[in-house]
Amino acid sequence: MAPSLEARALTRRFGSFVAVDNLNLNVRGSKCVGFLGPNGAGKTTTLKMFTDLIFPTSGEAFINGVSVQRERKEALSSCGTLIESPEIYPSLTPREALDMVGGLRGLPTDEIRARTRTVLDEVKMTEWADRKVGRFSKGMKQRINIAASLLSDPEVVLLDEPSTGLDPRGMAEVRSIIKDLKKGHRLILMSSHILSEVVDVCDEVALVNHGKLLFYDTLANVNARLGTGATSVDIGFTRPVSDGELATQVATLPGVSGVSRVDGKRATAMIAGGPEVQSQILARLAASELGLVSFQASRSALEEIYLKEISQGDS
Amino acid sequence: MSAAGIAPSPPTIPSAAGAGPVAASRVPGTLDQAIRLSRYQLRDYLRSRRFVLMVSIVVAIGALLTFVLSHFHGAGLTGSTDAFYGSLWAGGAPAVIVFAGIIFGGDAIAGEFQNKTGYFLMGLPIRRTSVYLGKYVAAFVASTICLLLYLAILVGNGVFYLGVGSANGALVVSLAITLLYLAALLGAVFLFSSMFKNSLYAVLVVAVLFLFGFTIIQDLVVGLVHIEPWFLITYAQSVISYPFGSIPAHIQQGPFGAVSYNPTYAEGLAIILGYAGLTALGGLALFEREEFT
Ligand SMILES: Nc1ncnc2c1ncn2[C@@H]1O[C@H](COP(=O)(O)OP(=O)(O)OP(=O)(O)O)[C@@H](O)[C@H]1O
Ligand SMILES: [Mg+2]
Repeated sequence: MAPSLEARALTRRFGSFVAVDNLNLNVRGSKCVGFLGPNGAGKTTTLKMFTDLIFPTSGEAFINGVSVQRERKEALSSCGTLIESPEIYPSLTPREALDMVGGLRGLPTDEIRARTRTVLDEVKMTEWADRKVGRFSKGMKQRINIAASLLSDPEVVLLDEPSTGLDPRGMAEVRSIIKDLKKGHRLILMSSHILSEVVDVCDEVALVNHGKLLFYDTLANVNARLGTGATSVDIGFTRPVSDGELATQVATLPGVSGVSRVDGKRATAMIAGGPEVQSQILARLAASELGLVSFQASRSALEEIYLKEISQGDS
Repeated sequence: MSAAGIAPSPPTIPSAAGAGPVAASRVPGTLDQAIRLSRYQLRDYLRSRRFVLMVSIVVAIGALLTFVLSHFHGAGLTGSTDAFYGSLWAGGAPAVIVFAGIIFGGDAIAGEFQNKTGYFLMGLPIRRTSVYLGKYVAAFVASTICLLLYLAILVGNGVFYLGVGSANGALVVSLAITLLYLAALLGAVFLFSSMFKNSLYAVLVVAVLFLFGFTIIQDLVVGLVHIEPWFLITYAQSVISYPFGSIPAHIQQGPFGAVSYNPTYAEGLAIILGYAGLTALGGLALFEREEFT
């Protein structure tokens, strides 16, 4: 059976404030889903209901078809979780903490040993395996948390901003860990504010704002949807370009609806049209004597859609 | 469940023993998990500064006691086994377990929220009940170690002054009652601890209640309302001394018409057992509904 996550009319109020509002989401199969939304959108609240850390006001959450609210233990047995950077008992070492996790999950001793080696290696914490967690930095703790969530080789993985507190290399490592996970028949739901990370590792995205699901779609569809809209492109030149040159040689190109200068050697152009139009503009600019060095969408398709959807919801 | 036909390359994380995701049936039962958890919790306690503090307190009290006995042992304390343990064990052990209970139990549950360690545990396939019980067992064992340390110091002195026969059956019975009292006290401490999500408040409330709060309530209840304070855990504390012979009258008529109460043996044990059971049930019920917001 394919791994699955399902929210059925999931609602959570805090007093009169509705943090998650009748959320319906059905994710199935082996893939990574990015869970996006601005601060306070309700991502963590949703993930906490998926792990029974908090209880829904109404509705229900299912992991692999098992109700989290009715059977927390069974539902979470096939699921690895990392919600809100938890802390480990400070005097335990990573090895002991992972031992505990494995023991509580009912893994046999030799399997715990082998898996501990694997996951510690994956998060690059092998040399710290026998030091006390209490003295670790935030990022080191987060690495151990990631290791713990993967220890049992779970089918479903819930991650709330997994790269929080990690250095750039750590973030890259997390991306590669998640990509590896996807190869092995797993479903990953990951909240994140780093859209480039989501574009890099996720196959699908769900966007929430004010506790409501705005859309849930594949990244491919997100890119296709944007094909028709206006794209803003950053253009860089080898030499300073004059306003006159911008007006005559850039603004006049077919598809360009406007140009504005960023500084002497850089400008931003608004382009109406899909990839073909962009490609022609790029070719013409490269052929011109302006000295083109870079031509890059200033925002990814995901970013454009994200900003558009969020601002629509707020107006 | 193999996805090998679809995946272009094999998973780089070797699937555990090729068994794939853990079957729910492999997850241990509620009690089993509680015991497993308590082992790690206990390890955390034994390595903590608070354990060192607690052991130092007991050793200091023990050293003082040994010193005083060696200089002033004519005071009747070393005259008979019952007098010796009746005052030094029955008087000292409750103090040791009140301190241990506060130190190990005060923030046991509150700390899970405040220090965010609860988020680590509760993401696992484990019932809240197992977490509560596991922490309770660990606090019980850690407190018992401190209690036994105090006992060892006392028995050492007892054997020195009264001979090997002094550590007799009465002491064993009293130790058993003391452990029951510890269970009840920790039950109450855990109950208070799960009412607060703030460690400091939990420790403060527990310390105030057990160090003097209950005693003051007891004095008020007896002195003003003239009823037997059977509903207070501290009232039952004196049964720890009962195995050593002198069981005071249930109702004692003092001067000026004042009345004081002492629990009967059975009543004392019933209060202790009642507290242990009810606080455990109450705390569990509370914790089951607790949210990690
Ligand atoms: N315990 C609580 N009591 C009251 N309000 C809460 C509580 N927990 C969350 N909220 C509110 O619910 C809303 C959603 O919070 P949540 O943490 O789910 O957002 P989020 O999408 O994870 O945001 P971020 O990206 O900042 O992590 C917020 O407005 C927050 O203030
Ligand atoms: Mg959040």
